[in-house]
Amino acid sequence: MSTAANAGFSLMANLPALQVVVPMIAAPICTFLRFRNGPWAFALLVSAATFWISVNLLMQVLGSGDISYEMGGWPPPFGIEYRVDTINAFVLLIVSGVSLITLPYALRSVEREVPRDKHHLFYAAWLLCLCGMLGITITGDAFNIFVFLEISSLSTYMLLASGRDPRALTAAFQYLVLGTLGATFILIGVGLLYIMTGTLNIIDLAERLGPVSDTTSVRAAAAFLTVGIALKFALFPAHFWLPNGYAYSPSAVGVFLSATATKVSIYVLLRFQFTIFGDIPAFAELDFATLLLPFAIMAFLVGSTVAIFQTDLKRLLAWSSIAQIGYMVAGIGLGGVDGLTAGIVHLFNHAVTKAALFMAAGAIFLRVGSMHIDKLAGIGKTMPFTTLAFVLAGLSLIGVPTTVGFISKWYLILAALQHGVTGYAIAALVLASSLLAVIYVWRIVEVAYFREPTANREVTEAPLSMLLPLWALTIGCFYFGLETGYSVDIARAAAQSLLGVTP
Amino acid sequence: MSIETHIQLALLIPIIGLVGIVLTGRIPNLREAVTLITATANAINVWSIFPAIQSGARPSVTLFEMLPGLTVNFTVEPLGMMFAAIASTLWIVNSIYSIGYMRGNKETDQTRFYACFALSISAAIGIAFAGNLLTLFIFYEILTLSTYPLVTHKGTEEAKRGGRTYLGILIATSIGLQLPAIIWTWNLTGTLDFVPGGTLTGKVQGLSAGLLLALYMYGVGKAALMPIHKWLPAAMVAPTPVSALLHAVAVVKAGVFTVIKIIVYVFGLELITTESATNWLIYAAAITLTLASLIAMNQDNLKRRLAYSTISQLSYVILGAALGTAMGVVGGGMHIAMHAAGKITLFFCAGAIYVALHKTEISDMKGVGRIMPVTMFCFMIGALSVIGIPPLGGSWSKFLLMVGAADAGFQFIIGVLILSSLLNVAYLMPIPLRGFMLRPPGAGDGPVKVQEAPLACLIAICITATLTFVLFFLAQDIFDFLLPITVAGGGQ
Amino acid sequence: MMEWLGQFNYYVFAILMMAGIYVAMSRGNLVKKVVGLNIFQASVFLLYISSGKIWGGTAPILGDGLTQPISNPLPHVLILTAIVVGVATTSIGLALIVRIKEAYGTVEEDEIAEAEALYEEELIRAEEAEA
Repeated sequence: MSTAANAGFSLMANLPALQVVVPMIAAPICTFLRFRNGPWAFALLVSAATFWISVNLLMQVLGSGDISYEMGGWPPPFGIEYRVDTINAFVLLIVSGVSLITLPYALRSVEREVPRDKHHLFYAAWLLCLCGMLGITITGDAFNIFVFLEISSLSTYMLLASGRDPRALTAAFQYLVLGTLGATFILIGVGLLYIMTGTLNIIDLAERLGPVSDTTSVRAAAAFLTVGIALKFALFPAHFWLPNGYAYSPSAVGVFLSATATKVSIYVLLRFQFTIFGDIPAFAELDFATLLLPFAIMAFLVGSTVAIFQTDLKRLLAWSSIAQIGYMVAGIGLGGVDGLTAGIVHLFNHAVTKAALFMAAGAIFLRVGSMHIDKLAGIGKTMPFTTLAFVLAGLSLIGVPTTVGFISKWYLILAALQHGVTGYAIAALVLASSLLAVIYVWRIVEVAYFREPTANREVTEAPLSMLLPLWALTIGCFYFGLETGYSVDIARAAAQSLLGVTP
Repeated sequence: MSIETHIQLALLIPIIGLVGIVLTGRIPNLREAVTLITATANAINVWSIFPAIQSGARPSVTLFEMLPGLTVNFTVEPLGMMFAAIASTLWIVNSIYSIGYMRGNKETDQTRFYACFALSISAAIGIAFAGNLLTLFIFYEILTLSTYPLVTHKGTEEAKRGGRTYLGILIATSIGLQLPAIIWTWNLTGTLDFVPGGTLTGKVQGLSAGLLLALYMYGVGKAALMPIHKWLPAAMVAPTPVSALLHAVAVVKAGVFTVIKIIVYVFGLELITTESATNWLIYAAAITLTLASLIAMNQDNLKRRLAYSTISQLSYVILGAALGTAMGVVGGGMHIAMHAAGKITLFFCAGAIYVALHKTEISDMKGVGRIMPVTMFCFMIGALSVIGIPPLGGSWSKFLLMVGAADAGFQFIIGVLILSSLLNVAYLMPIPLRGFMLRPPGAGDGPVKVQEAPLACLIAICITATLTFVLFFLAQDIFDFLLPITVAGGGQ
Repeated sequence: MMEWLGQFNYYVFAILMMAGIYVAMSRGNLVKKVVGLNIFQASVFLLYISSGKIWGGTAPILGDGLTQPISNPLPHVLILTAIVVGVATTSIGLALIVRIKEAYGTVEEDEIAEAEALYEEELIRAEEAEA
């Protein structure tokens, strides 16, 4: 498993590196493709390739265990190691899968929302973002995480600001400030850990941290890391940038980011929390995961409540995302195999659900021209397939059985019930927030189906290139809610490997 | 074809029908034909499972494992068989009626109507055949969601508000109360399967038992145990065939069916009779019974009066299950069938009066019997069945409930049941009596012109009225059929 | 006492970090925010590099064997990357500021908020005119 300068180039052996290198090289190539639909087609091709790679990696990990890859042949802990275990591979799959399914959708959506002369730059930024997120996920080196984090963030700022809405610019700037703050906190955390242990390799850090763990520096490092990562995945109360960011950016960007960016950041939290700080007795008393639990609860309560009062459809979905992120972190905060399984499986389930919802919203925007809820009157009649898909995916947000949302909530409640009386209270709050979700989903149902379409604008059904991915995801919401084998088993295996529990 | 295939078909046929309905939506006659053919095929298929159940078999089909240790599983037993049979048979009659009503009223969006109907029937059969709480919960929620477009069919502001109450209460109770109860049960027993004799025996006692029962009973909002009853009058904004579906064919029947299933197969009759903390249900059911009847007497809108009557009648079933004795449970189960036949007749008549004469308030219905004699006569038959007068079906189920109450040592319930029958007379009989005895306003002294409901409606009404009569004679068979469920070990 | 003086670099780091964050958060001018971020990032660079210094250590160049202790070269490498990241962030930040200035005519946060509110009103009015 080394780069084979001597034995010829083996594709399969170098997959971990290729996972990142392929989109990375593709991005600048994309900027040269200025002909019509060139950048888009190229991005689609590259996404397909990365997806193929991540599927292969997942199968390898499930079959033969964790993969360790040395970049440049330098053995860890001196060199940078790419380490793929179950949770990595799962997140890689989610990220590349979302990119692959969003790109066909993006063709029409981006045409409408991004000026044509910027397309080559847009898709280049998309590929860079993809590269960054894949890199964060696959790397086994703490500093490397920071580097890829910044790569993905910088390209995200570009993607957010690439539309025509000027409000997106201030939203992107706000995200830039907060995101840089977060990333730099992570940098400080990593730096402090390096100062204390002398290594940056994640596995090595975990080993070396034991003796020095009872120091202020390490505690400070943990604090900086947690706050920095929390900023990145918009945990309440560091969530401000998310609603504006998702509301004003091009729809395809909303689909892509809502389903991936926050998931990857939560993965980073899991990685630092469990792999590095896992067995430290110093943290047994003040467990950062448990500390996050109240914020997670606030997130899903406040997020759901605020979503009810939104007048812009994308903002509503963004606030809903904040709530859903709360569920993921609540699962992590509850801990144990069940809690972590709940959090990890929701990474997948929410990605499928939210991508479908944002796709529907984008399709509606394409035809109706506005995201103001009052303008959506009667789309149940004029855009029946799109609206039906939206409602069905909305059922997944609520957690109706047979949807993926139900599976996540089931595991979350199971995990909560293991924690005694506080657990019952948490379970009750989770159920209460599902009822809040009914309210904000049903608002849309009522506007779409109970009002007459406004006469002035010719609203027709969304184009097939948007409907097909949308419906694929919607069916996915139900398929993975019934055949839970793949997602739940992988999530459980990931949870067990993170906790160091033998199944 | 094996029994397992029949069970799966029972769920699939309505769905195939749904596709057919959507595809033939543009050609009304063809679409209606699809509905009728599907309904008939479905009923034949469901009834084909009957012989096996009667002989004691309990066929089971597992579709897949949704969560570790929890499968989507269908296991047919007598109670479920009866419910599925009712639902599929009455679907045929309801479809005939719907054709007359929807066309007579020139309703819009008829394709959506028939399609959602088919989906609801499939969901009801899913509930009937569910082999564990998870499967039941899944189809229970599907039923709520599939009936929402039916309840809000008219699309008016009023329909929207009614729909909000309907959906709000049903989803809030199912997610907020029933789901925690299910998870709690799973935590206690490690299984969600329906087992004859119950799975909770020995696992829960005292206050917890009472609390768990409460979570279930109020969580099953479709059983309309007070105060979770508001959704039923609110759902009266729906067209009458939908009300008939709600009240007689599927929704409330699914609710009380679930109640009996939970009490018989999850708690177990032994637990219910020995654990005094579960007795509160008897009182809650008795109160709902009486209170709903009293409220019904005050309602002028015919459908609302019938709605409160249903709430009262549902509590008969809950009462039967709550008593925990064999007679009580079987009486309650039988009442599902008897009440279905009687109530569907009443609703059909109410709808017929609306289509023919555009009257909804009882005070307007003086002399209607003279204008619509067949309708009003059938209304009277249905009313007598609900009141419980032989030779109509309702009498048997009430009798069994009284016996069950005596068996359980709750003799005062007999008094409650008798009082309730009197109240039933008070709120039901005036309608046909005024209809026949009084003269319609403005009709003068001569013979009254007959203006009956559309033919399809009349046929349906006559079928169901006859059914209440026929069921009287079938009561013994139904009793024998249902009795095995009360035995721990299931009579296998 | 000597230990406190020896930790001088950490104090500088902490003070600069606070200063940078303060500027980034409290100043309304967008350019000043970017400057604040730069100060903040610079403080982190100092943390890394200064921590790599070994007393009595010389430049990490491998000559004829190691005769003296050498200062740790790794933080320098890391910080080079971080500096590049910082430069990229600054450039994107400034690019966004240029476009914001084009769109709203100002780079003061409160004035931008007003301009955005106006823009939204315009949008609503345009949509209503269409209706």
